[in-house]
Amino acid sequence: MPEFVSNNISTINFILINIALGLSIYITLATGLLSLSNAGFMAIGAYTVAIISTQSNIPFSVGLVMAIALGVALALPIGMLVLGLRDIYLAIATLGFGEIVRIIALNGDKVVHLFSQNKELIIFNGAEGITLTYKTPTVILGLPDTTWPILIYVMVIIYILATLHNSRFGRILASIRQDETAASTLGVNVVHYKLLAFVLGSAIAAGAGALSAPIVRVIDPHNYVFSRGVDILAYAVLGGMTHWVGPILGATVLTSLPEALRFLKDQRDIVNGLIIMLSIIYLPAGLADPRIWGLFKRLVSFPKREQVS
Amino acid sequence: MMPELSKPLMEIRNVTRVFGGLKALENVSFNVPRGAICGLIGPNGAGKTTLINMISGLGPLSDGAILLDGQLISGLAPHKIAARGVGRTFQNIRLFGDLSVLENVILGHHLRQRGTLIETLLRLPRSRSSERDSRSAALELLVSLGMEHLANVQARALSYGDQRRVEIARALALGPSLLLLDEPAAGMNSTETDGLCEFLLSLRESSLTILIIEHDMDMIMRMSDLVVVLNFGLKIAEGPPDFVRNEPHVIEAYLGSEQ
Repeated sequence: MPEFVSNNISTINFILINIALGLSIYITLATGLLSLSNAGFMAIGAYTVAIISTQSNIPFSVGLVMAIALGVALALPIGMLVLGLRDIYLAIATLGFGEIVRIIALNGDKVVHLFSQNKELIIFNGAEGITLTYKTPTVILGLPDTTWPILIYVMVIIYILATLHNSRFGRILASIRQDETAASTLGVNVVHYKLLAFVLGSAIAAGAGALSAPIVRVIDPHNYVFSRGVDILAYAVLGGMTHWVGPILGATVLTSLPEALRFLKDQRDIVNGLIIMLSIIYLPAGLADPRIWGLFKRLVSFPKREQVS
Repeated sequence: MMPELSKPLMEIRNVTRVFGGLKALENVSFNVPRGAICGLIGPNGAGKTTLINMISGLGPLSDGAILLDGQLISGLAPHKIAARGVGRTFQNIRLFGDLSVLENVILGHHLRQRGTLIETLLRLPRSRSSERDSRSAALELLVSLGMEHLANVQARALSYGDQRRVEIARALALGPSLLLLDEPAAGMNSTETDGLCEFLLSLRESSLTILIIEHDMDMIMRMSDLVVVLNFGLKIAEGPPDFVRNEPHVIEAYLGSEQ
């Protein structure tokens, strides 16, 4: 493993997880839905994997599939309930869902005791959370075997989003974001496609949560509080919501910035916050703003022009 | 089964729409014959746009019924009415500004696009060939409007007149049997209006039925087979252009009475 990678492996893992989370909120934002339930679905994914690996011998890969399936199964009815709401009302309703998930995780054992004979059984372990046993990761092709699945997962999501972006699905989601009334008069079943975007986003978040479990190792309800949902939203807002590259840039910057600013010691959080504030003020369209790429291209092509003249 | 040609394409039956205490439309009834261009005129606030919104499912009827091809369409969701073959444009143009002109028109074609989510993700032939077909159909429509050079321009960058024409192309991509146009010539100069008239008349050749709201009286009188006049939510006249033009009620509604 190269030295840079081995020194920063934990940051790299979290960047990848956060990219997946940023992409999960991107797909709903691209449909014009301000849904903040991603932290909740992340918790569902993480707890699913944590419970399966502490209570059974089912392998992690099966747990991951089960976590994503559970995310889909819950997103369908929740989506049908809340997607009639718009804007801030949808945000509040989905935020409420995230809190419900967190509180269920906090009091999960009481629920289990209602149905189980064994009153001593501890599965969720309340505020302390579930601690997974540490296994030293084996290194395959320069990366630990805990990083590979996350990297592959992010690649698959990028492939899915890029393919959808250029298909009729991407076009339909964009039309709903811009004017859902006009879209409906073209025969677009708005409710149907909003639900599709919501379920896809929730499934991606549940998968990211599941993949984060072996890295976080302690799965406790505090990981999935309100501010986690806001962090996820910030990846998309800072990076830009018009292209799937946006949340990738946003998650990378926002996850690595605190590490890069470590030398500032006590002033780190202030400078970190200041950088985020300034970039949102001066780059309202995000880091993936087409104008920035245009500027970048011009800067790169400058020397060539001089050679010609 | 072949549709009966003598039967009207659309029947508006005793349609009433009440907003709070205000009657925007009161007991309006008329038929739109198949293949006709029907003008819907009246002073501002007469209820013309309200009626078009109700035909396309954007507002509920307080009373009455709307039938297309003898089947009830009032009460259906907008996307289902669109699927029955009703296309429309809006008074305040509602294009998807972030998308290109071509993408806007392809969206109108989306009901005929094939390929499930899985087929699209795996880039299977059915979804790819369907995408190609839609693309060429949309391009053909733009060619017929003389706008193919604007295909890849962002819709919001177009001139006002061009935006109106793209909106018509998008509605036509749906393959409608009934086209609802809400002031399509607003903001166009006389040359553009003449071009639009010619284009709309050419559509009638292809057996499309058009219901058109327009303030440009010359255009309405020149194109329409039938004119319906609304005033304060009531139908005050209906008939061929020459008849409606000389109807005392209509003259009064537009010019005011002598008293």
